[in-house]
Amino acid sequence: MYKLEARDLHLFYGDFHALKGITLGMQTNTVTALIGPSGCGKSTFLRLFNRMNDLIENVKIEGNVLIDNKNIYGKGIAIDDLRKRVGMVFQKPNPFPKTIFENVAYGLRVNGIKHKKFIDERVERSLVQAALWDEVKDKLRKSAFELSGGQQQRLCIARALAIEPSVVLMDEPASALDPISTSKIEELIHDLKKEYTIVIVTHNMQQAGRVSDKTAFFYLGELVEYDDTKTIFTKPKDLRTQNYITGRFG
Amino acid sequence: MITHLDSEIKDLKMSLLEMFGLVKSQLVKSKEALVNFDKDLAREVRVNEKRVNSFELKLDREIENIIALYNPVAVDLRFVIASLKINSNLERIGDIADGIAQFVININNKPESELLRSTRLIEMFDTAIHIVSDVMLSFEEEDTRMARSVFKKDELLDEINLQANEATAQFIKSNPDKVNQSLYTLSTIRKLERVGDQSKNIAEEIIFYIEAKVLKHRRKVDQTDDKSL
Repeated sequence: MYKLEARDLHLFYGDFHALKGITLGMQTNTVTALIGPSGCGKSTFLRLFNRMNDLIENVKIEGNVLIDNKNIYGKGIAIDDLRKRVGMVFQKPNPFPKTIFENVAYGLRVNGIKHKKFIDERVERSLVQAALWDEVKDKLRKSAFELSGGQQQRLCIARALAIEPSVVLMDEPASALDPISTSKIEELIHDLKKEYTIVIVTHNMQQAGRVSDKTAFFYLGELVEYDDTKTIFTKPKDLRTQNYITGRFG
Repeated sequence: MITHLDSEIKDLKMSLLEMFGLVKSQLVKSKEALVNFDKDLAREVRVNEKRVNSFELKLDREIENIIALYNPVAVDLRFVIASLKINSNLERIGDIADGIAQFVININNKPESELLRSTRLIEMFDTAIHIVSDVMLSFEEEDTRMARSVFKKDELLDEINLQANEATAQFIKSNPDKVNQSLYTLSTIRKLERVGDQSKNIAEEIIFYIEAKVLKHRRKVDQTDDKSL
């Protein structure tokens, strides 16, 4: 059974056919990289799994999107519950204008958790998981904006982890960061997959190679190729995949 | 910070050390098979040769994946390139052990001890095994001093190889009915001389990845007189 799955999934933005019959399954505790040129549909595909596309007008979805074998677009699915199970990290760090501690505690508080000790422990655990604890443990009451860009992004990851999702979606999580911060995020992704199923959109081919177990190449709304990352990067089957990963596209 | 690439490189080093161990064991067994005229042991070497070959392919795949997925640079890149070449050198040493085992299977009688003594075959075999052990240890411990010591030891193999023609010719003159085993012995000496060459190549690769120095195609005197000694 797959953790995440799309079956013959079509998505339309008005008349524009953005995803064309995507069928793809992702196993538990793996990292899947979604790659492809701009406008290929990879971010749209990522956002299917926490129903963020619902916020866009004129979106029409056909086919099935499943988490733990359950259709998340079916009747009786509470979007709030879904988003507790599926965390998301965006391209640019977007901490709230609060303290470091409150950023991480936020998700717990809005879910009605008030127990101080529980919140303290969960905040610490999340910051440790996000490899940020050692850097911020003495300034938890300081504003999150005092952190560097790379630290802010790890804070956002800690915030996503605090509500203990089982899936983490990442949309170019390191593209706004310097090489050292990028490297920290990549190592973090590698560690996190022991406990989470991770899907990452990236424009950085080397990053896909370094962090992922599986890679899916999208082009013009189609899933061209999906395989072990090792296979995609050493012997892709489709010429379009080869041209893209070798930078010869166009 | 320990990166994912660090752990891949550590794993590659462990795999390569395993390949070293396998090939050295093949060489030791081929010597035992020859000295004791043990055809069963020779057959074991021949069977194990398949393991050496498949291990070479496995390492090639590992290296290809590291290059494709992690784009190593600087010392990491040199290590990966060196590993690719060392893997190939080791496989060839494995081939040589296999070839010697094939001789043991082919010959009908145990080689005469006089022939072994005059050609210095056993001494040569021991030196070759010793050299392989040295390059293995210098790779394991990243010890370029030990790697450089191989160049000197290889000179002994060259010397034995040079005198073997005359020694073999003398033996054939005295024992005209033992031409066959004499030729096999001479051929084994040629093979062992190539073990020295492959080991020297490995030593050069070790120095290349640790010190970023290229010793290949330098004159012998430049290699052994290297100031870093």
